Amino acid sequence: MQTNVIINGTQRRLELDPRTTLLDALRHHLGLSGSKKGCDHGQCGACTVMVNGRRINACLTLACMHDGDEVTTIEGIGQPGNLSALQEAFVSEDGFQCGYCTPGQICSATAMLEEIRNEWPSHVTDDLVGGAELTNEEISERMSGNLCRCSAYPNIVEAIRKAAGKGA
Amino acid sequence: MTEQFKMDAPATERRLDDMAQGLVGAPLDRPEGALKVTGTATYANEWQIEGMVHGVMVRAPGNSGRVVLSNREAVAKMPGVLSVIQDDRLLRNPAQGTANKAPVQGAQHATYLGQLIAIVVAESFEQARHAAQALKVTLENGEMVPVDPATAAVEPQEDQTLDQGNLDGAMSEAKHSVDVVYTTPSHSSSPMEPHASIASWEGEDLTLRASYQMLKYNRNELADSLRIHPDRVRIISPYVGGGFGSKLGLAPEAVAAAIAAKELGRPVSVALHRQQVYEATMRRSETRQRLRLAADSDGRLSGFGHDARVSNLPGETFAEPVLQASHFLYAGANRKMSLELARLHRLCAGSVRAPGEAVGVTVVENAMDELAHEVGIDPVELRLRNIPEKDPESVKDYSSRRFREALQSGAEIFGWAKRPGVKERRDGEWLIGYGMASAARINALMESQARVTLLPDGTARVETDMTDIGTGTYAILGQIAGDMLGLPRDKVDVILGDTNLPPAAGSGGSWGASSSGTSVYIACEAIRRQLADRLDVNEHDLMLKDARATYANQTKALTDVLQGDEIAKLGHVLPGETSDAVRQATFGAYFAEVAVHAASGETRVRRMHGSFAAGRILNAKTARSQCLGGMTFGIGMALTEELTFDPRDGHVVNHNLAEYHIPVNADVPQLTVELLEERDDWASPLQAKGIGELGICGAAAAITNAIYNATGVRVRNYPATLDKVIVGL
Ligand code: FES
Ligand code: FES
Repeated sequence: MQTNVIINGTQRRLELDPRTTLLDALRHHLGLSGSKKGCDHGQCGACTVMVNGRRINACLTLACMHDGDEVTTIEGIGQPGNLSALQEAFVSEDGFQCGYCTPGQICSATAMLEEIRNEWPSHVTDDLVGGAELTNEEISERMSGNLCRCSAYPNIVEAIRKAAGKGA
Repeated sequence: MTEQFKMDAPATERRLDDMAQGLVGAPLDRPEGALKVTGTATYANEWQIEGMVHGVMVRAPGNSGRVVLSNREAVAKMPGVLSVIQDDRLLRNPAQGTANKAPVQGAQHATYLGQLIAIVVAESFEQARHAAQALKVTLENGEMVPVDPATAAVEPQEDQTLDQGNLDGAMSEAKHSVDVVYTTPSHSSSPMEPHASIASWEGEDLTLRASYQMLKYNRNELADSLRIHPDRVRIISPYVGGGFGSKLGLAPEAVAAAIAAKELGRPVSVALHRQQVYEATMRRSETRQRLRLAADSDGRLSGFGHDARVSNLPGETFAEPVLQASHFLYAGANRKMSLELARLHRLCAGSVRAPGEAVGVTVVENAMDELAHEVGIDPVELRLRNIPEKDPESVKDYSSRRFREALQSGAEIFGWAKRPGVKERRDGEWLIGYGMASAARINALMESQARVTLLPDGTARVETDMTDIGTGTYAILGQIAGDMLGLPRDKVDVILGDTNLPPAAGSGGSWGASSSGTSVYIACEAIRRQLADRLDVNEHDLMLKDARATYANQTKALTDVLQGDEIAKLGHVLPGETSDAVRQATFGAYFAEVAVHAASGETRVRRMHGSFAAGRILNAKTARSQCLGGMTFGIGMALTEELTFDPRDGHVVNHNLAEYHIPVNADVPQLTVELLEERDDWASPLQAKGIGELGICGAAAAITNAIYNATGVRVRNYPATLDKVIVGL
């Protein structure tokens, strides 16, 4: 089945088994293994990518459902030698250990900061309108779809604060 | 050239203190960080190999009986399917850590529900998954087998039995005593990267790209499983997406991939799916623990009793070493301990982060909290009064032990003095409580090798089959070599995770950093001697810094000393007499503040602090992260983590990350960690001990003790879920 997707700014034509998830399309067919598979069931967030600017679990969607969509993966966010502010902050704050959840955390955080800028409330936001401060509580709440068994959570929160302070 | 070193005497020279480069201990970033944050570090299931096909494993639907694949021919004809393999070499369960040989094998009979008994291989992952789901597995002539540890037959572990003095007498004479039973459930390591292997053969030579913690053992386990010579096996594992014990020993997917790849003559990739990780890798055994503490009116212990029951599959010798730290943590002249192993048909029990202490110290620390309330003294004070002068059983001295300082300093940092009385503090709908617990974990040095090469251009290369499972190996080995050879961190290249490199101790048991670090240190010392020879000075008079050698009032660039040569040395460390001469362990203390909802019984951890002493800290940043990770495992253990087994057939009911509740970001406050300055000359020439597991060894008790302080409710069956708290509110 043919699908045309814009991945990290480049138009890609995919000819895939319709059962192929977006995650497996990236990992097995496009050589983009930065997106990780932790559960394949939408339970861990390791596969988080952005589709048309919004974060989603790439394991929970089929590649063929994304004809014409713009997909941003960790490879599109920054590369060694050209790190995004968030990626840099994850390194300096040790926002990871094994690194397996990390691309998902960073994709998720990138989109999350945009959600805050757009004044989307979360479960812990006091008022549904008017936006939210970037408190530890807000960050933790909004990042809780991304599991980290190495439990770098306190450092992930620090990294996000640091990068956000630099306008990430 | 090999430099061998055996740890037979304390290393009082503390040479790392004198090195000029100043790398060891510094909170340096991980050198592989840029790869990990950009998704360019390659994990096991991410190698793209020409002609690779995909295998998906299939499980037994019951816990007993002969396996029958009733529609095997039909499945073999499904689109893309290349083979349906049921082979007697498939592993019944993973190898235990450091087993060094094949575990029980066989795919003809089921022993537990979830056992992986076949593999279906197809051109694509989607085809293989579909075919694996279509394969009908039935079991014939099954029997009723025990699945419940409370009723299964037990085997006393005689070598774990201790009877010193008269505990019964001490209990009856004690002014204050505690006699309590606690239970802890089974836990899952749940690394974020599922177990995965890609096998490819070239003739009779097998290469396995996989995710393992201890490659030199895994290589032998794989060779033994396949009945081939270990020289034929290479395992590559540069990045491991977490292990926490579950990747210590070879797991079923590795052997399945190797068998399938051989049969098909093509590389085969096999990744366990998340449910299979839960059902067919390792669990921490559930425990039932009875603690008996006898104390005088001041809370000084006269008796200490610890009896535990754990479980495992038939044929497995591993019994969760629950009593490990009970032998040396606290005083008490009259001591009694025992461990028994129930035989049952649940998935294999093995090492999960800090086997033994994670659950053993936790329950000891709950019992100590109960005793502190009996006696009516501050729980910190109770611990301080019971720090033994010498090991209470062997009467050996301790190596370094800043246990007292950790308790006192941790209490100070946390603000323990402001702790409320039981059920005394309230914040709106939330009941607030403080709790504390001690931390303790045994320390070990293991055989390990590394090659260090000083290159003509004044850079160095460190090579060993040691792994970095998130523990910081890439960082610390470069820091040790950089300090010893006087090179900035970025002039040292660290290459890990390949059995073609010198065999290391592996990542596990908290011994990885000190053991592999020592092998690097030994190799570097030999290189220093050779440099000194070239300069005709005593090695101890040679100062190396920023790739320059300073000696006898002269300075020379290393490149000039080397004059186009390279110097390569193999460092080889062996444990020696210091292992037994003294009691070696790491210590610490945890402090937690919880809020328990007065109506629902929900517990939130508001603050948590840990103070730890583990010898020399090799990298303050990665060591702290290890402690954060351990403490978070403690939060999970205290509040949510529990493998649930179906009482009818023993299968794991909550076999996924939605139902086995590991802590999420919102469950974990901004934990704080203090690493106490310490040197342990008995542990290694680095004066470093292990820190990877210390953070979990008692952590959960600080939280459950805080729940008691907040609510007056003692939850003695972990985890402290709301249903158990609310009944007492
Ligand atoms: S792999 Fe997609 S959420 Fe876990
Ligand atoms: S860094 Fe290992 S799971 Fe997050």
